[in-house]
Amino acid sequence: MRSISRRGDMSLAEPAALPVAASAPPRLHIVTRFTSRFKASLPAYLLLLPSLIFLALFTYGAMGRVLIDALYQRATPKAPLRFVGLDNIAAVLADPAFTGAVVNNLIYAVGTAIPSIGLALLFALALARTNAVTSALRAALFLPVLIPMVAASALFLFIFLPNVGLLDYYIGRLLPVLPNWLGDPDIALYAIMVITIWKNAGYYMLFFLAGLQAVPEDVMEAAHLDGAGPFMRLRYIILPELKPTFLFVIVIATLNAVTQVDHVFVMTKGGPSNATNLVLFYIYQQAVEHYDIGMASAATLLTLAALMALTALSFRTMANREGGR
Amino acid sequence: MKLIDKLYKDAPLATRNEITPKLGFALTVLLALAWLIPFLWMGVATLRPAADGINLVAELVPSLKPTLDNIRDAWEIGDFPRYFLNTTIICSGILLVQFVTITLAGFAFARLDFAGKTLIFYLFLMQLMLVPVLLIVPNLRLVAQLGLYDTLAGVMMPFFASAFGTFLMRQAFEAIPAELEDAALIDGASLIQRIRHIYVPLSLPSFSAFAIISVTSHWNDFLWPLMVINSPDKRPLTVGLSVFTATAEGTQAWGTIAAGTLMVIAPLLITFLIFQKRFISSFVTSGIK
Repeated sequence: MRSISRRGDMSLAEPAALPVAASAPPRLHIVTRFTSRFKASLPAYLLLLPSLIFLALFTYGAMGRVLIDALYQRATPKAPLRFVGLDNIAAVLADPAFTGAVVNNLIYAVGTAIPSIGLALLFALALARTNAVTSALRAALFLPVLIPMVAASALFLFIFLPNVGLLDYYIGRLLPVLPNWLGDPDIALYAIMVITIWKNAGYYMLFFLAGLQAVPEDVMEAAHLDGAGPFMRLRYIILPELKPTFLFVIVIATLNAVTQVDHVFVMTKGGPSNATNLVLFYIYQQAVEHYDIGMASAATLLTLAALMALTALSFRTMANREGGR
Repeated sequence: MKLIDKLYKDAPLATRNEITPKLGFALTVLLALAWLIPFLWMGVATLRPAADGINLVAELVPSLKPTLDNIRDAWEIGDFPRYFLNTTIICSGILLVQFVTITLAGFAFARLDFAGKTLIFYLFLMQLMLVPVLLIVPNLRLVAQLGLYDTLAGVMMPFFASAFGTFLMRQAFEAIPAELEDAALIDGASLIQRIRHIYVPLSLPSFSAFAIISVTSHWNDFLWPLMVINSPDKRPLTVGLSVFTATAEGTQAWGTIAAGTLMVIAPLLITFLIFQKRFISSFVTSGIK
C-alpha cells in the first residue's frame, strides 16, 4: 500500500520539484521531500496534539482495551488473569440477563423512537410559523430536554407512585384496578418509555422545525392551487423534503435508546425481575456490582459492534445532509 | 375563533379555512400543557406545607398557605451547596480545556494543509459515533490507573477532546476571510497570536453555542460520575440528587424531593428562559453531542 501511494505522490509532484533538486541523487531526493513535507505539517500536528492525546486515551485506546479485556477472565476476583479467548462473549450471549436486556432494549428503542419522532413531527408542523404563541409552546415542549434524566426520574417517581401519586390521583380513579406502574413487570418498561418520550420529543422537534424551513414556499402554494389538501401536501411535498431529517433523527433516537438509561438506575434498578434491564445497565452491573471486567467488556464489545452498523448508516446520513446543502 | 384566525393570519389565504391544521394545533396545545404538568407539580409540591398530609401531595391546585420549609429541608439534608460547587467545577473545567483543544484543532483543519489530513479528520469524526458513555468500563480502568479514581479531574478527563467542538470551530474559522490573517502575517504576528487576536474574537457566537451544549450535557451527566466518584463530598448534582431521592423516598418526603429537584434544574431553566433563542439554535447545530 505504502509503496504504491509513495510512487503516486512522486510522479505527481516531480515536474515542479525537478528544477530545484536536479543535481541530487533520486533516493535522497525522496527523503528530502518527505522530511520537508513533515516539517511543513509540523505546526498542524502540534495544534492537533492535545486533542489527539485525549482521543487516543479515551476513545481509541478505550476500544483497544475493551477488545483485550474481553479475552481475559479471572476464576475468582483475586485470581490471576487468564486468557480465555471467546469464552466471555459466549458466556454473555448465554446469559439470560443479557439476552433479556437486549430484547428489552429493542422494545425500548422502537417504543420510544416511533412515538417521540411522530410527536416531534406533529409539534413541528403545528408550530412551524413563528409568533409569540408558537414560541411559548416550543419552549414548553423543549423544557424537558434541558433537565437531567435523574431530575426527570425524581419527578416521575412520584407521578407513578401507587395510590397517592399524580397519575393514580387524577386518572387512576377511572380504572377498575390501580396498576402498580413501576412495580408490575408487564408495565414497568412502558412506564420508563413514557419518560423518554416526554424528555426527547422536544429535542427532535427542533430538527424537524429546521427541516421544514427547507420546504419551498412556492411549491406548497402551487400544490395548493392544484387542489392538494393538507394530508396530500404532507405526503407528497413535506415528507419527501424531510427525508434526511428523518434519517438523522432516527439515528440519534437509536443512540439515545442505548446510552440514555439514567432513569433505570434511579427508578427501577433494572427490576422488577429484570423487566426494565437495558444493555448499558447490564454492563454497569457486571463491572461495578459483580467486578466482572471480562463479561462487562464482552457485553460492551457486542454493543459497540451493533452500533458500528448504525455508524455506517449515519455516515451516509451525514453525507446526504452535506450534499443537500 | 377570533384568536385562532389571528394565529393563522400569515398562512396562505386559501388554506386559512382548512380544519386539519387547526386540529393539529389544538392537539399540540393540549400536549404542551400536559408536558408542563411534571414541572407544575414540582412547583406546587415544593411550596405545599407538610401538614397537608400524603393524600394531598398530588393535588395540582396550589396550597393556600405556601411554605419554604421544603426548600430549607432539602438544602440542609441534601448538602446541595457542595454538589453545586462540584458540578460547577466539572463543567467549567471541561469547558476551559475544550476551548483550548477545539480552537487549536479547529484551526488546523480550517487553515492548514498537512499530510494525513483526511485520515485524521475521519479519526475525529469517529468520536461522534463512539458515544463516550458506552466506553465507561475501559475508561474507568484507565482513570484508576492514572490515579484519578474518586477525583473531579477523573470525571472531566474523557471529555477534554471534542470532535463536535472541533468541527464547529473549523466551520467558524473557515468563514473568516484569509486576507485578515495575511495582514497580520505581514505585521509579523505568530501563529498563536493570529489565532488569539483574529480567529477567536471573530468566532465568539460559535464558542457560545458550543459552551451551551457542553455545559448542559455535562451538567446532566450521571452514569460516568456515579462510577468515578466514591466520596460523598465529591458528588456532582445529579449523583447527589439520586442519593437524596433514594433517602427521601424511604420517608415519603415528596415535598422535599420536589424542592431538591427544583434546585438542581433551576439554574439551567432560568438561563434557558433568558437566552431561549440562543439555546434553541445551538441545540439545532448539536445533532450528536
